[in-house]
Amino acid sequence: MKDLSARILNMAQMRGASYTDVRTVTRTMQTIAVKNGRVQEVTQNESQGFGVRVIADGAWGFASSSRDDYADVDVVVNRALQIARASALTKTRNINLGPPEANKGTYRSEYKMDPFMISMADKINLLLKADEQMRRVKKNGAHLVTTAEMVFVREDKTFASSEGALLQQEIIESGCEIQALATNDAGEVQTRTYPWGRHQQTRGFEFVLEQHLVENAPRIAEEAILLLSADVCPAYDATTVILSGNQVALQIHESCGHPIELDRVLKQEASFAGTSFLTLDKLNTLQYGSELVNITADATIPGGLGTFGYDDEGVPAQRAQIVKDGRFVGYMTNRELATELNLGRSNGTMRAENWNRTPLIRMTNINLLPGSWKLDDLIADTDDGIYFDTNRSWSIDDKRLNFQFGTELAWEIKGGKKTRLLKNPIYTGVTPNFWRSCDAICGESEWVVWGTPRCGKGQPPQTIRTGHGASPARFRNVKVFSRS
Amino acid sequence: MLGYEKLKQLADAALAYSKAEQTEVVLHAVDSSLSRFANNTIHQNVFESNVTVRVRVVMGKRTGVAESNDITPDGIKRAVETARAIAQAQPESQHNAPLPESAPAPRVESFFANTAECSPETRARSIGNLAKQAAANKLFAAGAFRTDAFELAVANSLGTFQFHQGTVADLHTVVMNDAGTASGYASASSPDVRALDANAVAQRAIDKALRSQNPIALAPGEYTVVLEPTAVAMMLQYLAWHTFNALAVQEERSYVRGKKGELVFSPLLSLFDDGSDLEGYPLPFDHEGVPRQRVMLIENGVAREVVYDTFTARRDNVASTGHSLPAPNLQGPVPRNLFIAGGAQTRDELIASVTRGILVTRFWYTRLVAPLHVMMTGLTRDGTFLIENGQVSLPVKNLRFTTSYIDALKNTRGVSRETELVREEMYGMNFRAPTLVVDDFSFTGVTQ
Repeated sequence: MKDLSARILNMAQMRGASYTDVRTVTRTMQTIAVKNGRVQEVTQNESQGFGVRVIADGAWGFASSSRDDYADVDVVVNRALQIARASALTKTRNINLGPPEANKGTYRSEYKMDPFMISMADKINLLLKADEQMRRVKKNGAHLVTTAEMVFVREDKTFASSEGALLQQEIIESGCEIQALATNDAGEVQTRTYPWGRHQQTRGFEFVLEQHLVENAPRIAEEAILLLSADVCPAYDATTVILSGNQVALQIHESCGHPIELDRVLKQEASFAGTSFLTLDKLNTLQYGSELVNITADATIPGGLGTFGYDDEGVPAQRAQIVKDGRFVGYMTNRELATELNLGRSNGTMRAENWNRTPLIRMTNINLLPGSWKLDDLIADTDDGIYFDTNRSWSIDDKRLNFQFGTELAWEIKGGKKTRLLKNPIYTGVTPNFWRSCDAICGESEWVVWGTPRCGKGQPPQTIRTGHGASPARFRNVKVFSRS
Repeated sequence: MLGYEKLKQLADAALAYSKAEQTEVVLHAVDSSLSRFANNTIHQNVFESNVTVRVRVVMGKRTGVAESNDITPDGIKRAVETARAIAQAQPESQHNAPLPESAPAPRVESFFANTAECSPETRARSIGNLAKQAAANKLFAAGAFRTDAFELAVANSLGTFQFHQGTVADLHTVVMNDAGTASGYASASSPDVRALDANAVAQRAIDKALRSQNPIALAPGEYTVVLEPTAVAMMLQYLAWHTFNALAVQEERSYVRGKKGELVFSPLLSLFDDGSDLEGYPLPFDHEGVPRQRVMLIENGVAREVVYDTFTARRDNVASTGHSLPAPNLQGPVPRNLFIAGGAQTRDELIASVTRGILVTRFWYTRLVAPLHVMMTGLTRDGTFLIENGQVSLPVKNLRFTTSYIDALKNTRGVSRETELVREEMYGMNFRAPTLVVDDFSFTGVTQ
């Protein structure tokens, strides 16, 4: 890989590139799924190739190929240069990356049990046991569809640039999910998932074992069936809500993570993902949330799904403050835009899905820092409210301001106690108003770095893995209703 | 692109190497170019060349699947061996269906050399012209211009070999003012890049952006809506996954379950899926090599058929309609070449028929709230206007809807004669859709 990279860098510079980087990636993904007691899917996908990013005539070009024989490398380098020069036909300024990033190093995910060394039979048996535990619960006339899934990823990546960077990384990911879908003869459908859809981290098989899928399976199936006959969530123009940790993670992802992407702010994603309400005038001036709200973009958290050693521009992983004591203080940046706006060094958030995609500003681990409450105490402290648990539907406008989120289930809280199960709950709000209404955040013992493995952005579309450290939190004066 | 002979040779090599009882090989080659622009300049400009081989082996009641993009002889062998090792590691499952035997699919010519060979300079010139028109109106254009060529070959040990090559040309833009408070969207899509009229796309988007300035807020409630083809296509996408899919029917989560022959939608609506129709993006066979049948899903509002793959067809004792996704999949078969037949009136006549309503250019961030009635939430975006007395009048602030797409198609009272081809980006689904007039469309919120 080192030789291939050196050859590409040399070719591109000789042919007129003012900057070149090359990423060679080998990515293996294993998916195992069982459904209704039977093996449904066992797949291994291996993808390898290289991507060449150049600046020529002051503009960007990117070309990639799965084949690395000499002729193909030559074609790809020429294609990247041709594309850059075509980009230059519409340029309004020359790309400036600022000071060089000539880092050299290696990075490897921390894990105890290599998931690719665990026997396939052991993985399948664990899923079949969890699936069986879901199917054994009393149905009470309901029909049940059960699924259980594991996903494992290994990514070996080399990055080299004409500035002298040479980096090697090995990232391991493990993820899992169980799901019970219950229907009745009236045509109603209710779903419960655990841990929350597919939870995933940059860890080994020990992560899957720690989720205790088998032990949680009966509860998940029972709750899906109970929801069929549960009361519909009442409507309130303004009430108190407590969000589970995983729903806080989703709330962070949609209403903080995306609007702090500096490329969105500068309208570079306008035609697809949208823009951002966090325009440049809001930096250091907007009270984004209550004083309890502290948010970081942190690619250094052990095990986080957005954790790595270096981003795909060769910038070291960092911890950046985004919201401090409620005030909006930082964006996620890259080299080009940080230089353009005099924001200092890039905070290292350029990530590409694979060898065949150019990197974009993407979430790393975007975290709401823990407070001091315990969930039980928080519920006991709430006279009248709704506890929302585990995301089911999510929708937010293209500026990331107006949101509407539904969860799989909710609990009514009366007099400091969870009193009845509620189905089809939805809450809605406006991002800064919502975060300003946050008056309690649970502590470290309930703080989990939730993995969101399917975050989409860009054209061609790229799916990236992000993480969100979150614990349960309480919000006041929230509009709540039901989809029924 | 590798061509028929090379792909046949690779498939034959994999089949010859495999010792499994049955083996399936899916080869997919793509050369994809995309020029992306924002703020009236190209900021991302990319090319990808990739070939994947996907091997499925069936060993008794065990199945294993491996995919790789290493198409060297050793790479092909490794993919076969990985699939076999995966199958051997499993317990027996009655879920697995034997591979299908298939007749040759019809040959459909949807490969255009002009698209496959479209240069980055050609795309840049089109984008440059579009950007100049936006700038002349003090507006900013963002968007993407894609030109792809692809090949798909499916072979199996029962003698099936299917091959198709095609091209994709797709241009879309959002044109907005500096403050980002007014915007307009337009798009064009065709297998033949020469059929794209970049100037017309620019003019439509600019016109909407200019007319979108200073929007008024409308109160949430039920409105008659005129849904343009892009919005209609987004509705069809969810109906494809959740309603016309045999697995959804079998799992009792599809609205059309048990309703065959019943009037379920407006009598003005006929929906069908056709993988060979040149008015769409043809793909005349599925990922199991089964020729795609033209499937009438809704005929004059009456529920007719749903689409099948081999697994779901076996369960219902019918033939696959050729709508499998790459095996294995938990999603079931999906109609990916959906058409709504054009109606009798023009788009302008439809708008003229609305006393008070809302014109919707497209939806944004639509998400499923409940599957059976395809209850959805989402927002309007990039061109939302009040219609008064048959005329498009004031721009309105984007609205959130929470409504059932099933109800929307029940409440359809107008279908335009004109249809547009709309390509969905994430899954490559495509839709030929008209403009629809829908009564009682429920908006539940107004954006700030």
